[in-house]
Amino acid sequence: MNPPEILKSGVSGPAKVQSPEANRPRHLLSIAELSSDDIIRLLDSARSFAEVSKRPVKKVPALRGKTIVNMFIEPSTRTRMSFELAAKRLSADVVSFTPSGSSLSKGESLKDTAKTIVAMGVDAVVIRHSSAGAPKLLTEWVDCSVINAGDGMHEHPTQALLDLFTMRERLGRLEGLKVAIVGDIDHSRVARSNILALNKVGARVLLVAPRSLLPDRVEEMGVEVTGSIDEALRWCDVLYLLRIQLERVSESRFPSLREYTLQYGLTQTRWSRLKRKPLVMHPGPMNRGVEIASVVADEVEPVITGQVAAGVAVRMAVLYELLGGST
Amino acid sequence: MRDRNILIKKGRIYTPEEGISSERDVLIQEGIIRRIDKGIKPGKAYVLDAQDCIISPGFVDMHVHFREPGMEYKEDIGSGSCAAVSGGYVAVFCMPNTDPPIDNASVAEYVYDRGVDEGLCMVLPHGAITQGRIGKALAPMGEMGSCRAMVRGFSDDGSTVTDSEIMRRAMEYAKTMDSLIISHCEDVSLNAGGQMNEGFYSTLLGLRGIPPEAEEIGVFRDICLAEKTDAELHVAHVSTAKTVKLLREAKKRGLKVTCEATPHHFTLDDSYLVSYDTNLKVNPPLRSRADVEAILAGLSDGTIDVISTDHAPHALHEKETEFDRAEFGMVGLETCLALVVTVLVENGVFSLEQALEKMTLAPSRIMRLERFGYKPEITEGTPANITVFNSDLEWVVDPLRFRSRSKNSPFGGWKVKGKVIHTIFNGSIVLEDMQVSPAGD
Repeated sequence: MNPPEILKSGVSGPAKVQSPEANRPRHLLSIAELSSDDIIRLLDSARSFAEVSKRPVKKVPALRGKTIVNMFIEPSTRTRMSFELAAKRLSADVVSFTPSGSSLSKGESLKDTAKTIVAMGVDAVVIRHSSAGAPKLLTEWVDCSVINAGDGMHEHPTQALLDLFTMRERLGRLEGLKVAIVGDIDHSRVARSNILALNKVGARVLLVAPRSLLPDRVEEMGVEVTGSIDEALRWCDVLYLLRIQLERVSESRFPSLREYTLQYGLTQTRWSRLKRKPLVMHPGPMNRGVEIASVVADEVEPVITGQVAAGVAVRMAVLYELLGGST
Repeated sequence: MRDRNILIKKGRIYTPEEGISSERDVLIQEGIIRRIDKGIKPGKAYVLDAQDCIISPGFVDMHVHFREPGMEYKEDIGSGSCAAVSGGYVAVFCMPNTDPPIDNASVAEYVYDRGVDEGLCMVLPHGAITQGRIGKALAPMGEMGSCRAMVRGFSDDGSTVTDSEIMRRAMEYAKTMDSLIISHCEDVSLNAGGQMNEGFYSTLLGLRGIPPEAEEIGVFRDICLAEKTDAELHVAHVSTAKTVKLLREAKKRGLKVTCEATPHHFTLDDSYLVSYDTNLKVNPPLRSRADVEAILAGLSDGTIDVISTDHAPHALHEKETEFDRAEFGMVGLETCLALVVTVLVENGVFSLEQALEKMTLAPSRIMRLERFGYKPEITEGTPANITVFNSDLEWVVDPLRFRSRSKNSPFGGWKVKGKVIHTIFNGSIVLEDMQVSPAGD
């Protein structure tokens, strides 16, 4: 099942008067707007950039003279560092913006803050924000490329790209791959981007969670759903675990962390029983002892750190695609 | 311009009983419609051209937010009145969620008097059901009802009365006072942090959902209480298919229940939200296509009595922000007729006559507007409250040209059909050739 056509294009109703498309800056806002060719091209490009990170001098001059602002309105360590390293390895100048002590904390609007920053001569803004749609809104306010580094519960496109990169490098293919995503799908932008990306490249997706952690009508995104992790373990090539948060207990999404671990955790017992072990992935940071037993986490750690390494390469590919080539 | 005689030339007249006539002239003398005929000689009367237009009783909107007192930076009774007459309205009912709220006679009279000062249309307040709109203690409905503003409709608007006991007593009391309870039906516990309709699109967009059940549970409760108390209940801004069904059944049982739908709920579905346009953020939210279809069916079969705008102005900075920080609501007075014509009439949902009935006769009956001298008819001897509009005129919506102080409309750039040309309020021309005439001119 493919995502509905509406993901790609417009809506019904009286026609809107369109303004002609000018030479607009290019953005990466969501996986939803990428084609499978776009995705594969970025993954191929990331493979060549991965090689750069293994050199003694980890730098190419591809984006020399370009300026990129990391605007992380919501805290992040790995994504922010990953984008920063990616930009630096392409020889771009990088400035980081954090909200504490900034004009945003003084009540300035996102629009004014962004316009102020971009007025200083910026080629791209990498934005992480707790509000879904913030990167999209930003494109209406500023005249530079916008890259979504995670917006609320909406999307985290570069995470999905690095996850697909990891799957493809480890398992040699994406098409027909059986991927089970386990945990709090409802609150997860990582899950949304991965579902869309995996669908586009022909992989199959199974969501594993109690109904209370699944968003409404998620099946219409082109996934299957199960309440049983054991069923998923028997089926999948890739087991993708999401971070579970204690605060969901107070929202009555599940009874307790203990109950979650019993029902949905990759426990030592479950892991040791498996004859054919899937590739275990996690976007990090892991909750050891909750969604994954510590011993299992240690065993699968190379894959998970591999995801992190892939992150730099994929983000180099994205930055190069959006900012490279033009002068 | 009150004393001047006015001759409206060559328009087709709409009256709820007779539908739309062939071309006629309408002569107004001293604020009263005196003669309706073909080829009336103007004499000294001021002539308004109504060629290709329909002459209708002035429109009535049961649900607007004019923000005065308290939030005049969004709208005030002056700018709101200009927007109203631009949209063909001669009477609007203001929701009481002002600051201070309209929960007593002095604020109600303040709003009423400010409307009289502006002199462009009737600005009539709805009162709050509870003091401070906090759902604890009943507001003085009797006093508000007998003050100058003659308040008949009571609503806590967006702050729904969550306590069913208080709602029950409010209905009982309102019945005694011959008042109407207007309910924004919502089970707020199902709507924690909700930003849009819960469904496929909220899943896709990662925005917290407001399930249709939040409204439907509220509607069901209020219908139960209305049945128990025999009170008059008006359900505001119907947004879901099941709400339409509940209301259809309640009417079949003979309850004194009426309801309204807004242009945005019969025009837009939640798929539009893929743009993250904060002007589409409204409460109740834009629902699924199936819900929109059910509303169209409800309008067509008469389940939905009234078309109201829920005109909800917000300043630019309250909308030019992250989606989950943006205010709920959109303006609607200046696009309502165009959406009615474009979406309902042109698509064959129902006839123009049926649409006009829901903007004139039905709301005036529910609100008993004859108490204020308004009659939903164009007949000799009737006070002249008239809207002249061209239902074939095409135009492109440009919110920057709205007379409302706020521009929060998602319809900017839409090519629509149907435009109000002249509005006459109480014998005075308040809109002429699409331009607002200053009062007392």
